[in-house]
Amino acid sequence: MSLRSPLGRVLGLGSARGGSSHWYAQRVTAVALVLLGIWFVGSLATLDGGSYEQVTGWLGSPLNSALALLLVVVAAYHAGLGLQVVVEDYVSDNGTRAAVLVAVKFALVVAAVVGALAVLRIAFGVAA
Amino acid sequence: MAQRERPLSPFLHYRWQYTNTLSILHRITGVLLSLGFFILVYWLAAVAGGPERYAEARSCLGSPLLQLVMFGAAFAFCYHLCNGIRHLFFDMGYGFELKTARASGWYTAGAAVVLALVVWIVLRGSLGGGA
Ligand code: HEM
Repeated sequence: MSLRSPLGRVLGLGSARGGSSHWYAQRVTAVALVLLGIWFVGSLATLDGGSYEQVTGWLGSPLNSALALLLVVVAAYHAGLGLQVVVEDYVSDNGTRAAVLVAVKFALVVAAVVGALAVLRIAFGVAA
Repeated sequence: MAQRERPLSPFLHYRWQYTNTLSILHRITGVLLSLGFFILVYWLAAVAGGPERYAEARSCLGSPLLQLVMFGAAFAFCYHLCNGIRHLFFDMGYGFELKTARASGWYTAGAAVVLALVVWIVLRGSLGGGA
């Protein structure tokens, strides 16, 4: 006897396990990153030396801060989805796997929030 | 009773082809880029922290070790970008013909190397190399 109903035990354990939405999100974020990545590297290339004034002037414009914000969020999401697959492929022990996955996702979320706040702070003007 | 033959894990009997290397490189560069993401955040936080913090970060990123890391990240980005686009075409069902897949593999690798060199030469100044 178990506390869990037979239905509860099998729900979410089907062959697909929501894998298709994971696959799809990985692709959508990849397409977004093609554009955001080219924008980011291309912009850095026009900065010519990257003095503080140049960088804040560039990132301070509304369009550029919006794109930088998107880059941070989308890259973290894409990396999270990707690293999850890598971890699932190489870490077979269930407990260790869960722990590693939680650690990876925590680290990415913290980094994404720090990055997003940094972009907002630049957008609204760094208090010098 | 005779032991039935068990299936072997694919990597134990697949013949090596250079396209395998391209795939594993996509994975390796993906992991490297994920580490590079933390450098990006560090850099953004430094910009947000004001001119002094930014100058500190620049000299930190300008150290030989970090320049090497950044070069690795730049190459990883270019490779992952090019091969990622190749993957997206596969996902749409194009380019599975063996000949096409091999040719696109070579183009991808070549484009990634050239792009990485261009990016590095153009960006060195902005990435702390000139600091
Ligand atoms: C620049 C544009 C990018 C494109 C076009 C792209 C494309 C892709 C694609 C199509 C996949 C799935 C490959 C597969 O399932 O076989 C993938 C996986 C992955 N990507 Fe990206 N990506 C990009 C940027 C990034 C960035 C910026 C990061 C890190 C912050 C990243 C990290 C990863 C990781 C960790 C994987 C998993 C690798 C694996 O499962 O083997 N990617 N990428």
